[in-house]
Amino acid sequence: MFARGLKRKCVGHEEDVEGALAGLKTVSSYSLQRQSLLDMSLVKLQLCHMLVEPNLCRSVLIANTVRQIQEEMTQDGTWRAVAPQAAERAPLDRLVSTEILCRAAWEQEGAHPASGLGDSHTQGPVSDLCPVTSAQAPRHPQSGAWEMDGPRENRGSFHKSLDQIFETLETKNPSCMEELFSDVDSPYYDLDTVLTGMMGGARPGPCEGLDGLAPATPGPSSSCKSDLGELDHVVEILVET
Amino acid sequence: MAGAGGGGCPAGGNDFQWCFSQVKGAIDEDVAEADIISTVEFNYSGDLLATGDKGGRVVIFQREQENKSRPHSRGEYNVYSTFQSHEPEFDYLKSLEIEEKINKIRWLPQQNAAHFLLSTNDKTIKLWKISERDKRAEGYNLKDEDGRLRDPFRITALRVPILKPMDLMVEASPRRIFANAHTYHINSISVNSDHETYLSADDLRINLWHLEITDRSFNIVDIKPANMEELTEVITAAEFHPHQCNVFVYSSSKGTIRLCDMRSSALCDRHSKFFEEPEDPSSRSFFSEIISSISDVKFSHSGRYMMTRDYLSVKVWDLNMESRPVETHQVHEYLRSKLCSLYENDCIFDKFECCWNGSDSAIMTGSYNNFFRMFDRDTRRDVTLEASRESSKPRASLKPRKTQEKAASAGGPVWFRPRRGARQALLLTWRCS
Repeated sequence: MFARGLKRKCVGHEEDVEGALAGLKTVSSYSLQRQSLLDMSLVKLQLCHMLVEPNLCRSVLIANTVRQIQEEMTQDGTWRAVAPQAAERAPLDRLVSTEILCRAAWEQEGAHPASGLGDSHTQGPVSDLCPVTSAQAPRHPQSGAWEMDGPRENRGSFHKSLDQIFETLETKNPSCMEELFSDVDSPYYDLDTVLTGMMGGARPGPCEGLDGLAPATPGPSSSCKSDLGELDHVVEILVET
Repeated sequence: MAGAGGGGCPAGGNDFQWCFSQVKGAIDEDVAEADIISTVEFNYSGDLLATGDKGGRVVIFQREQENKSRPHSRGEYNVYSTFQSHEPEFDYLKSLEIEEKINKIRWLPQQNAAHFLLSTNDKTIKLWKISERDKRAEGYNLKDEDGRLRDPFRITALRVPILKPMDLMVEASPRRIFANAHTYHINSISVNSDHETYLSADDLRINLWHLEITDRSFNIVDIKPANMEELTEVITAAEFHPHQCNVFVYSSSKGTIRLCDMRSSALCDRHSKFFEEPEDPSSRSFFSEIISSISDVKFSHSGRYMMTRDYLSVKVWDLNMESRPVETHQVHEYLRSKLCSLYENDCIFDKFECCWNGSDSAIMTGSYNNFFRMFDRDTRRDVTLEASRESSKPRASLKPRKTQEKAASAGGPVWFRPRRGARQALLLTWRCS
């Protein structure tokens, strides 16, 4: 990661400890701003216009962004997945319901392939064109209802991780966020500079999907203070050397 | 109705000079949501311009015959026909509204006195016939002039009805309705060069229709994964090749274009050609994928090239070379450093269109704040023009604009930030005649 490289270079010069601290601040600032981007993306996914079907292209692009951030945070080891049973029940329920609403747009036809399309595909001659008759068009009403009724049973890996994201989001209360950001005195538009200019240097390895997401051990303190705690810890190490 | 119309014509040498020919639509700032134009398209001859709006209406403008006494006057466009193409619907199974907004209009090549066009919203495509009536029959035997039936026993003489001229009436009638074939939102329709078939594309599937047959369509592309949770890519645009009726392309949200040949297999899930520009690792960011998503793809008239529009650039591809585009033109590079803010206010998801001129020598696309950009491929010059009705009088030449990042001042940079709802030149069509 670009910021990490900066850190290592500064450590070599003992008179440049200030530079190292500035580098660390950049690291922390990057993490905070990346977290902010993640939060923003999740809010976008949740805020679906429920009267009209949400735009699938937009949802896919936002979800891919969330996935990228997740993968990078996993590689950094900053990804903390709170164990499901530790989460409060009430906010989880609330989040799940909005998640289902967003998922509904994707999943209306999810379980059952549309009639006629899944069965008769061939790669053979042109005469094997498979027609979609509009007589069969009224899609399976059961699948829609099924999706709504049984959300928990059908959680795939993506939604497990989405839940983890939601839980992380929920454990940070608003006042906590403000304290974190009070240290960051750069204006909001710096988010652009930081995030568009640099991204985790190592490309994510072959994507195992989100099944490969290993929950990291929770920090010693409650997670909303953990970023600052980690910063102190790292500074201690540097100062000792 | 809100919108602007402009015309370009070469003036002196090969330089293009642009000026407003006409401005159609509402003058005031407050425009009703339903009046916002969502698609525009010239027909093949350039005599007709069709616009579709968010309220499901189609308005067609016709170019007036140029007056022989004023040979240099540019033909003006006046309203020719207005009709309600689509109505809002409600999908009871999903409890969701289906918007009546017209997503795309495509004209059919003219084969007789009537004009035909396809218009589509998210779910249903309709074939409309627009025909003129300028004569009326009078002198019927069985009914009066006001239409009441005459008593047959009172008719003592027979007469032949005669045709009398009447005020021109333009009628639009729906001839075909192609419904219930798309689960997802239709983003493209494209008429084939065989003039008998057309394709319609939604986020995950492309269907092939015959213009005469409404109860059946053939699925030719299906990228829906078996498990929807694995969905990472959607179809964003599709178009038939202008001359080869078996070839079409479709673009994706990951910045790829696939060219398919319908002769190779019934289901064209395996592409014949795959166009993708390798990513520049030094400019990678969290927004790389979003800005690479292709919003429009258009073949050149020659059929040799195609053009794609992503968020920041237009690229021209040679169909014979899949590895990279032959031309890349930056549309609004100054936005590259603002991507996070554009993501926050959703501007990064705006879909711009692009178009070729009649000779394929120039390409054009829109930008924010009513700017549109034209790139001359021969001279390698580009120009930015502003299509703003306040700043331009009709028939006055548009002055090229420079876009510049305002320099950082002591208090912090002030930069040009497209806002949601700010005017965007998203739609373009170039009259090719």
